Amino acid sequence: MEYKVTTPFTDELIEKLHAGDRLLISGVIYTGRDAAHKRLVALVDKGELLPIDVKGQVIYFVGPTPAKPGEVIGSAGPTTSGRMDAYSPKLLDLGLKGMIGKGSRNDAVKEALKRNKAVYLGATGGAGALLSRRIVAAKVVAYEELGPEAIRELEVEDFPVVVINDMYGGDLYVEGRKQYERGVDS
Amino acid sequence: MRELDVARITEAVAKLAVDACTYLGDDVVAFFEKAAESEESETGKDILGQLLENARLARDTNMPLCQDTGLAVVFLEIGQDVHLVGGDLEAAVNEGVRKGYGEGYLRKSAVADPIGARVNTGDNTPAMLHTRIVPGEKVKIVVAPKGGGAENMSAIGMLKPSQGRQGAIDFIVDTVSKAGPNPCPPIIVGVGLGGTFEKAAYMAKHSLTREVGSTNPDPRLAQLEDEIEKRCNALGIGPAGLGGITSVIDVFIEELPAHIASMPVAVNVQCHSARHKEAVL
Repeated sequence: MEYKVTTPFTDELIEKLHAGDRLLISGVIYTGRDAAHKRLVALVDKGELLPIDVKGQVIYFVGPTPAKPGEVIGSAGPTTSGRMDAYSPKLLDLGLKGMIGKGSRNDAVKEALKRNKAVYLGATGGAGALLSRRIVAAKVVAYEELGPEAIRELEVEDFPVVVINDMYGGDLYVEGRKQYERGVDS
Repeated sequence: MRELDVARITEAVAKLAVDACTYLGDDVVAFFEKAAESEESETGKDILGQLLENARLARDTNMPLCQDTGLAVVFLEIGQDVHLVGGDLEAAVNEGVRKGYGEGYLRKSAVADPIGARVNTGDNTPAMLHTRIVPGEKVKIVVAPKGGGAENMSAIGMLKPSQGRQGAIDFIVDTVSKAGPNPCPPIIVGVGLGGTFEKAAYMAKHSLTREVGSTNPDPRLAQLEDEIEKRCNALGIGPAGLGGITSVIDVFIEELPAHIASMPVAVNVQCHSARHKEAVL
């Protein structure tokens, strides 16, 4: 299925999404990768307030190239999500509804998606120039000193992603690969 | 003896870094076009179409192909009849990286104290520099920005000689299989066979500068490359890991004799944004 969706995400939306569905996202999403996640979760562990309210929101695992004069943002494709596995469940438990990245998630993340009604979405890795065009505004909202790893608020229009992990345990990487796996004589 | 000012190396490194990150090689583009025809998965075809569009956009708008503009891997082949003047060669290469990544608006992805504070060095230095002295009076420079996602899926195995050819193939295919969707497939599989621990890894990295679609001059290795490619494509990983018959762009092997006790096999994974540019001074 293909859906045009807007952020923030609701339980009703998440309930209708299944692995393999294609989404065009519009609205505000937040960027965050390794260093920002480490800081956010340190705050969660201390019971302190986060610089962004993650409830209902979508985090995009990306560290863009610097914007040239006149550009909104530089090249901005997804980074490998597995490095955020150690942190994501805690943010999902706080109400985070979606994550955009590339590559497989571990069982703890998949369980947290089920438990919290959330989704993991894949954007095309290595298509940073293409994806950049769907970002219409960008501003740093936290941890500016982290440079490419700062938390940015992005406004996106029809940002293309595919549902990799849904709240029912579906996994597009596993299902897609199974379909084309074949034996070879060796 | 020919004199060459290292400032020219700085200039070349800076330009090659920006060009490599912006202009995808014709060999890789040609592969995407061919694979978009032959791929059986509709989703896979769509992804390959996106990669072609991305390459076109990057070229036309001077935007990096990928936000991960990598650590700057630099190979220098220095003619033994060249006298480098005007400063420290390594400093000149780093200055080229600083200039290219700064003026070219490339991402700075190098962090110092890697197991501790991980503080960004701010200018993407140091270059990952490999030098070789060769006959002649030229200097060949290859700049090959290397992203972290694919690098992280690489592996080296100090295998037992008893594991033989089949054991080596299994190790390589298993590395690709475990990497799955993470390193941005379709990938190039760079392999170093034999040598010592560090030579195997170096060969695997260096092999990635070969042209996609080129045939290994050693028929024995060419046959091995084909065999590994077939096995990898049969894994079903597909473009972006969403399933399909295009998991691998190419397999490149370099080889050296090994110690009587050793059988090193290094696998360096290269994402589909296979970036390298070269110049001869």
